[in-house]
Amino acid sequence: MTPAPPSVRFRGTDSYLTHEGLQAAVNCALTLQRPLLVKGEPGTGKTLLAEAIAQALGHKLLTWHVKSTTRAQDGLYVYDTVQRLYDSRFGDGDVRDIRRYIRMGPLGEAFSAPERVVLLIDEVDKADLEFPNDLLHELDRMRFRVTETNDEVAAKHRPIVVITSNNEKELPDAFLRRCVFHFIDFPDAELMRRIVDVHHPGLDAALADQALKVFYELRGFTRLRKRPSTSELIDWIAVLKAQGVSDLKLDENLPFLGALLKKEQDLVSVAEAFGRGRRTRA
Amino acid sequence: MFLPFFYELRRRGVKVGAQEALALAGALKAGLHDSSLDGFYHVARALLVHSETQLDSFDQAFLSHFQGVETAGLELTQELMSWLEEARDRPQLTPEEMALLEALDPEEIRRLFEERLREQKERHDGGNRWIGTGGTSPFGNNGFARGGMRVGGKAGGKQGMAMMQAGARRYAGYRDDLVLDTRQLAVALRKLRAFARDGAPDELDIDESISATARNAGELEVVTRPPRRPNTRVVLAMDVGGSMDPYAAVMSRLFSVASQATHFKELRTYYFHNCVYGKLYATPQLTGGMTVPELVAQVGRHHKLVMVGDASMAPYELAIRTDAEGRYKADGQEGLTWLMQLAQHFERNVWLNPEPMGSWRSGSIAMIAQVFPMFSLTVEGLGEAVAHLTRGRTVKGAAARR
Repeated sequence: MTPAPPSVRFRGTDSYLTHEGLQAAVNCALTLQRPLLVKGEPGTGKTLLAEAIAQALGHKLLTWHVKSTTRAQDGLYVYDTVQRLYDSRFGDGDVRDIRRYIRMGPLGEAFSAPERVVLLIDEVDKADLEFPNDLLHELDRMRFRVTETNDEVAAKHRPIVVITSNNEKELPDAFLRRCVFHFIDFPDAELMRRIVDVHHPGLDAALADQALKVFYELRGFTRLRKRPSTSELIDWIAVLKAQGVSDLKLDENLPFLGALLKKEQDLVSVAEAFGRGRRTRA
Repeated sequence: MFLPFFYELRRRGVKVGAQEALALAGALKAGLHDSSLDGFYHVARALLVHSETQLDSFDQAFLSHFQGVETAGLELTQELMSWLEEARDRPQLTPEEMALLEALDPEEIRRLFEERLREQKERHDGGNRWIGTGGTSPFGNNGFARGGMRVGGKAGGKQGMAMMQAGARRYAGYRDDLVLDTRQLAVALRKLRAFARDGAPDELDIDESISATARNAGELEVVTRPPRRPNTRVVLAMDVGGSMDPYAAVMSRLFSVASQATHFKELRTYYFHNCVYGKLYATPQLTGGMTVPELVAQVGRHHKLVMVGDASMAPYELAIRTDAEGRYKADGQEGLTWLMQLAQHFERNVWLNPEPMGSWRSGSIAMIAQVFPMFSLTVEGLGEAVAHLTRGRTVKGAAARR
């Protein structure tokens, strides 16, 4: 295990814009070699952060999508008993070599990789409550033992671990203490403008201004149940571009509103508020 | 050094410990803060705060420790914040106006701000004096003044210095001692989850297959078992009407979350008014439903009972005698006795109370807290209640915590 050279600093990439707070958090995680836990509203780019770090530092990205049925063990390795039983019954392959039936999970793969990698553990809160606790030791020591073969898998280079959470479950304190935490704020208008520019280079400036204005007006509209977020704005602008829309105004005829608002009640309340030309806003 | 800052944080409920202190020291040694207060703010926040619910406390601690800003001065009225929602845009300022704004020093700004805070009575957009949006006053939302004070709204324009950023208290909405929103409720309730294997066997049981195959002299024998399914059963009883009206919104949120939760095997919802008088009703209009003896006969001891109500009533209301149909009867049971009967039947039970905890010491609340373990209807309280419901069996009557 070699400590990261202190000169390695993350500053965002061409397509992923950051600000000081996020950079500080990523750099803390890099320097202290701790997992980085990222939370934030859906659509603020939590998952993309891992890709950006991998890209900026030139490392390979391994992704572990956590589901409600995922167990911590799945991330380390899977012992394919069924295959081995099957092989022993039908005589295919060498069943005496148990290693043939051990398959590494994403965490195991990251540890045994010959170079430093970025490991994304996506939506850690989806799994069972005990899931993070089961990973404590492995993430701390960056090593585990395969009980079937008594082999130890230890990280040659501590992977950069990025963990995202949508806050569906609270994470245990012991787990949180080991992580560097960052809460991604919703981007302000200026940063959003730059984000839009990155995703839609050469977009008509007037359209971009109007789209952003409408977007923030909609977000400021307090009656919405699910406020639109960055990824919805990007999608919406893509649709507008593809359809050649050039003029936008926040009224009942707003084109492709469905790309921004995903709940029926929201569409109804927006139509009500702006449809009759009566604004509830001051 | 920053040790006093650590104690300031702990005082405000951000539980930092030696591990965080070492991490921060390591980060500072590596020079991650770029020798600036700004950098320190971001680095410290990343390492010391573990949840967005603590960000607001962190900001306050940072402010008070590093500048001694009066925390009280930042307590803005809810009304003021609403004037600042949905800010107006003011596209350009003339250079003269900009210069005027830049000229103010922080002390002056704070003094002026407090003065305005006392005087202002309504919403203002535009204009140069009041706290509002889209104007040239140094206070308000969506403004340009670099040295000015942002009040409410989302961070706008220039990313301010750490002080101003911390002072903005952007994370106040994430504090966990506030009364719940739906999502937080759902998160809290999800902890009630428990699983059991039940139903049709359609999942491959590897261990059993191996041993069966071995017993079968190597002839493959597949063993299946039922999959894991949620096994929590909940009885939710809510107080409606009268003194509970102010809490109608939070109650309806709690109900919608509970009924949407997919991790309960069974959820029964009942209503009562003030106190249970023999009967629990199926609707908020107090119709339908079943009597307490019926419920107790139908529902096992392992159901988890959640009572929600303010438990505030005149003491005599606890002593009204009724029969199981809720009719007054001199030889019936007292209200409090009905409650005790429920509490005794269900092994795990809690009472959630939306009233502030300070008022629990006396009157009918104290009496009901003797019967049910009482928790407050906040994120924190619900979390504790759920922990209490999922913990093993405890001695009856040892309740009345807090």
